[in-house]
Amino acid sequence: MSVKPVSNFLASKWGLVSTGVVIGIIAAFLQKLGNPANMGICVACFERDIAGALGLHRVAVVQYIRPEIIGFVLGSMITAFIFRDFKARHGSAPIVRFILGAFAMIGALAFLGCPWRAMLRLAGGDINAVIGIIGLIIGIAVGDQFLKYGYNLGRSYKTYNVAGFVMPAIMAGFLLLLIFAPKFGENAPIFFSEKGPGSMHAPLMISLAAGLIIGFIAQRTRFCTMGSIRDVLLVGDLHLMRGVIALIVSAFITNLILGQFHVGIAGQPIAHSNYLWNLLGMVLAGLAFVLAGGCPGRQLILSGEGDCDAAVFVLGMITGAAFSHNFGLAGSPDKIVDGAVTVGGISQFGMVAVITGIVVCLIIGFTMREKI
Amino acid sequence: MIIDACGLSCPQPVILTMNAIKENKLPLEVLVDTNTACENVQRLGENKGCKVKIERLGDQFKLILSR
Repeated sequence: MSVKPVSNFLASKWGLVSTGVVIGIIAAFLQKLGNPANMGICVACFERDIAGALGLHRVAVVQYIRPEIIGFVLGSMITAFIFRDFKARHGSAPIVRFILGAFAMIGALAFLGCPWRAMLRLAGGDINAVIGIIGLIIGIAVGDQFLKYGYNLGRSYKTYNVAGFVMPAIMAGFLLLLIFAPKFGENAPIFFSEKGPGSMHAPLMISLAAGLIIGFIAQRTRFCTMGSIRDVLLVGDLHLMRGVIALIVSAFITNLILGQFHVGIAGQPIAHSNYLWNLLGMVLAGLAFVLAGGCPGRQLILSGEGDCDAAVFVLGMITGAAFSHNFGLAGSPDKIVDGAVTVGGISQFGMVAVITGIVVCLIIGFTMREKI
Repeated sequence: MIIDACGLSCPQPVILTMNAIKENKLPLEVLVDTNTACENVQRLGENKGCKVKIERLGDQFKLILSR
């Protein structure tokens, strides 16, 4: 059977729209089936939960090995094989990508979500997401200027096929740790939250299947939330944007049908209404994603199709999540006690980390340029 | 003009091609080594009103853009 018709459809504009629609519906249903509110899919939050499950941070409410992330990478790998897209490559400034991943995560966790969750929060009625998305656009617009003036991290080169399997193998290992939950000693288990967001999850097989499906379509269509904004600003290309808009609309409609749409600003689920740091957190994340060439979901997909540099970015994100929670840099949600709202936000250390991240990204953007 | 965009990650191949089109350097040969870059450069060329011919050279693609 030829795979070409499927391939051609998914590469078309309707392919992108269908991708957005499917991801929006899947995300909203994952929330219905147990994932935290407005967090059907959040690459940043889910990698943070994985970091917690492995004990890289010890915040007890955000620890779980999220099967969706595993599904993204394995789904992408399988698809890349079927469509002959798998190509092991490496060598484009991996250490810089690691740092960009770490700071992207610190920025995203200040806001409490990656761009995917920003869209899902918007589709769930969380108005703070608008501020986050504005921040994301600002960060991407700054990154676009660097791209225009010759910023790039250099070429990658073909490498041993086995190297391309390292990230999928790590994910397969995570799946085994999730299923068997081994105890490595008295105080050395795989950590699973008993309360809080980490304890909230859809059934394992459903989450894994959702991840595999999204891995499949996102690999084929090159779906990228950051790329959608970057391409509109940089080349006036709406191709990827169609997918993102379709995602927001389909998640919004599905939320309405499932009774999950609650419009508001203060006290939204796992969110804070500290505008400035919502904005600046996503400025940092957006800038880091442009400099690294993809949103966190896209980086997972690339790491599944053999891109070792994207894999290093993912490991940077997981490390950034550990730092973020070990040092209290991540955002604290708004709290509602007896009807009174206490606005959350980030600690002073978090503020310093976000500003440091923006400065580091600017240095990378200004200094890693070729004349073009 | 020949642009070697092999190994460059998204969106570098597109930016290099766009700059060359702007500077009227058609016909243009663009070498890329991933399907993604090939699709992106093809889409850019077509959006800019160019004829795009694609040749496969082993692991690489050669896109010829002309008007």
